[in-house]
Amino acid sequence: MNGADRWADLNKLLTRPGKITGPGFEPDPALLDFLQNDARVLCVGAGGLGCELLKDLALQGFGNIDVIDMDTIDVSNLNRQFLFRMKDVGKSKAEVAAERIMQRVEGVTVTPHFCRIEEKPMEFYEQFHILVLGLDSLEARRFMNQVACSFLEYDDEGNPDMSTIKPMVDGGTEGLKGHARVILPGVTPCFECTLWLFPPQTKFPLCTLAETPRSPAHCIEYAHLIQWQQERAGDEFDTDNEEHMRWVYEKALKRAEHFGIQGVTWQLTGGVVKNIIPAIASTNAIIAAACALETLKLITMCSTGINNYMMYVGADGVYTHTVAYERDPACTVCSSSVPFEVASTDALQQVIDALVADKTLGANLSAPSISHGAENLYMRGVLEEATHENLSKPIGELVEAGGVIQVNDKKLVSTMRVKLKYSDLASMQQ
Amino acid sequence: MIKLFSVKEKQKKEAAAANGKGVKQSAGELRLQKDISELNLQKGMSIRFPEGKDKLLHFEITMKPDEGIYKGGTFTFDFVIATSYPHDAPKVKCKTKVFHPNIDLEGNVCLNILREDWKPVLSINSVIYGLQFLFLDPNPEDPLNKEAAEMQKNNPRQFESNVQASIMRGHHINGHYFPPCK
Repeated sequence: MNGADRWADLNKLLTRPGKITGPGFEPDPALLDFLQNDARVLCVGAGGLGCELLKDLALQGFGNIDVIDMDTIDVSNLNRQFLFRMKDVGKSKAEVAAERIMQRVEGVTVTPHFCRIEEKPMEFYEQFHILVLGLDSLEARRFMNQVACSFLEYDDEGNPDMSTIKPMVDGGTEGLKGHARVILPGVTPCFECTLWLFPPQTKFPLCTLAETPRSPAHCIEYAHLIQWQQERAGDEFDTDNEEHMRWVYEKALKRAEHFGIQGVTWQLTGGVVKNIIPAIASTNAIIAAACALETLKLITMCSTGINNYMMYVGADGVYTHTVAYERDPACTVCSSSVPFEVASTDALQQVIDALVADKTLGANLSAPSISHGAENLYMRGVLEEATHENLSKPIGELVEAGGVIQVNDKKLVSTMRVKLKYSDLASMQQ
Repeated sequence: MIKLFSVKEKQKKEAAAANGKGVKQSAGELRLQKDISELNLQKGMSIRFPEGKDKLLHFEITMKPDEGIYKGGTFTFDFVIATSYPHDAPKVKCKTKVFHPNIDLEGNVCLNILREDWKPVLSINSVIYGLQFLFLDPNPEDPLNKEAAEMQKNNPRQFESNVQASIMRGHHINGHYFPPCK
């Protein structure tokens, strides 16, 4: 569609007041201009959800989209990752997807990044107004969640500073089920606050696998987990190695015959070992549409967004339900850190004593352990000896000004985050 | 909901990213720091971090049961924690060869909370309690080492003397040698 008509519907949404608009929404033609020229959105993942998301975002008027994916196109992707063709097999998903979207949707710039999300510096993520996730793993979501939350700052009253909120929209699908959620760090629960929502992997008891297998999956897991290390110890099992997979398949087949179990197939072996749940194109389309819509709402405020988690179950008709999950006030990733002032020349022991003596913070501390990032500065118990020498070091040598330390204590229900301010270096900080 | 973007001003650029922020360790490691700081090692137990005090994802725990038929033995377990912790359970293997119905000769351990019953609220302490329990109350009903289970069920005395002999002096049982592990 070309000409003035192209954005007619979007213009109606963005230039008229209405009953469904978000708080503070001001109808303005500049909103469309912002969407097309200034808004920067990062689509994380260019797979099943990513292809749908990129198409939806581009057709919705986003003019500048970046996409990041470390994967290359596989033949098995082609049934649902509709931006890819047979001739693209082996190429970068991000690069091919970006090119296809730009060919088909006029006026949009899609910038591909063919790399791991961990390889990009924070400055890269900083430049985007919003992050949209189309991922399939817990690890990648947790990483992106930490990225989004790391920009968050709180004021002295413990309220989130709105200008530091990096909004994130997360989609996920598994067979006929899916979810779309909006994460506003500091306002809505972050991924870590609700880690328990993530479905656990089905795991069979080892003794069942060893002694009383009842299903073809039991036989496959036995070959994979037990027989492999009995017969091929030292040989690292690799799910991408066809010979390895065939070995497991054949062992599982023999075991199934021995126990009179039917149904061990090559396909099921792959499914069980790689924990594959069939991907369904329609589920991806529905979830991606919901995510793209939430992205548009957040960027323009043309409507209130979902609060804050929508689940979709395709097996029971088109059933959706939205739940307002609550933040975990003690979340180790998005909770506010408590400011605490010491002198940079104070020894770590003095800082610990001051924390314990503090009227409010000290109430839940008896014998705290202190870490800074991955570095354990002083640990009680098993690592006491290894960290003891740090007690006499000046805190300024161990933690940078404004740095956040993690305080663990048996009296604390969860980790307390403390942001150190150095009184003697006050002029150098804000 | 809140108004996140002021379109007219466009978003102010902040140099915050360079300000020492960023993802320095996984959320799984943060949680593990808490677990390790709260570790409750009872008498006779010890822990070792082969890769140093700041690499908590891999460690070994040694325990010496002070009662039950495994009394007097020293057993070392290797713990590997994935960055997906605590969503995924620790991977635990017994490095000491032991004649036990729930531990096989490769060191695989059949403990429900390590697999089907793992929950993110459980901790390293829970796993250690579970392992201690295995030594106090080996369960022959759901075995991983079938021979050990059958002996325990059919001839508890022989089972006990075999276990003690293997711990104290080293012992051959059904063609497998179990070195001493006092």
